[in-house]
Amino acid sequence: MSIRHGLLALLSQGSRHGYQLRAEFEASTGATWPLNIGQVYTTLSRMERDGLVAPGEQDEQGRIAYSITQDGRAEVDRWFVTPITQTERPRDELAIKLAMAVTAPGVDVTQVVQAQRTATMRTLQDLTRVKRGLDPPLDTAQTLILDSKIFQAEAELRWLDHCEAVLSRRSLQHPQEQQ
Amino acid sequence: MIDRDPSPVPPVAEVDPGRALVVELADVSRVHVEGTQAVHALKEISLNVWAGELIAVMGPSGSGKSTLLNIAGGLDRAASGHVRVEGELLDRLPPSRLAALRRKRVGYVFQDLNLIPSLTAVENVMLPRELDGVRTAKARQEALAVLDEIGLADLAGRFPDELSGGQRQRVAIARALVGERRLILADEPTGALDTATGDDILRLLRARADAGAAVLLVTHEPRYAGWADRVVFLRDGQIVDSATAGLVSAR
Repeated sequence: MSIRHGLLALLSQGSRHGYQLRAEFEASTGATWPLNIGQVYTTLSRMERDGLVAPGEQDEQGRIAYSITQDGRAEVDRWFVTPITQTERPRDELAIKLAMAVTAPGVDVTQVVQAQRTATMRTLQDLTRVKRGLDPPLDTAQTLILDSKIFQAEAELRWLDHCEAVLSRRSLQHPQEQQ
Repeated sequence: MIDRDPSPVPPVAEVDPGRALVVELADVSRVHVEGTQAVHALKEISLNVWAGELIAVMGPSGSGKSTLLNIAGGLDRAASGHVRVEGELLDRLPPSRLAALRRKRVGYVFQDLNLIPSLTAVENVMLPRELDGVRTAKARQEALAVLDEIGLADLAGRFPDELSGGQRQRVAIARALVGERRLILADEPTGALDTATGDDILRLLRARADAGAAVLLVTHEPRYAGWADRVVFLRDGQIVDSATAGLVSAR
């Protein structure tokens, strides 16, 4: 997740100081990605260095409101129209783990799959409970974020079923590979 | 890859220590004979379902999910082990008493919902009550109350072929709920329904559990299993693992 672009999108609606940015970022992502204030200020100072935002005057409480520059606006517009490519996403640790598990000797792959399945199901149960608990009228941004995570958990569970099916078919076809 | 950052999850409902045990399976085994081969459909399964609990059963086809459900509801008998429904031991119950227990205490929802086409929605829902000997007027009143509860009161007079797939399934659920049954068994109740309609079905089952019923749901859809308090994973007739919502283990 690009914190930089998220903050720029918020600043494109008007100038804000750090704490405001943090609160609005968390509100619009359903508190799914908690930010600490340090991350916010680090990101702001990098964006200031890159000419994407500009600091304003300090107010009486010592807070500095940042506003978006022309270059910043161009950057956030580009972000919205550019699809995210696979290479920008973090590497899938689970896929790597399973790939290693099938090649490494002495690993009970079925056990690895089941442990992950139980953990992911628990995540899905928790997400479903959060979604059930949202009072109508549902906050659209929060609902979409939750749905995204629900679909990801579902996909992961389906993929684990698939892995298990492939493995059991292989072990039937090549019983000699079994230790 | 799932972002596993902690989300604010509401606490799991407090478990009432005085709540009732609705289904108790103790070391239940079931063997199906296929030709000359004995297939172990269930191997010494133990599972308790408490009032207020929604339990999902998942597993590959042939893992024993439906057999488990049928034995819990007295539609099939265990070869060994004990089955209790609301304290009553089913093992040696004569067929007539077993049938009465099924009618009065257990509600079934199947994928093929078997509504009777020549009866209206409300008449379909009334049917099990009338079979129980409840007078027609009272049965109708109860059926209308359940249909109202699930938002189908307006469609009470329609015949099954005048309803959408999702509406028909909700009528089938109303039929399973009528008469204050404490145990609801649902075998793939979302069948071929679209996601939104499937969610409606789960919302109904969830509400019923929250109102104090014990619900046992067989599903192959992770999305719907996500509604459960506990997800039990079956493999080759055995429970291999279970996932309990929240961090606190239910039992």
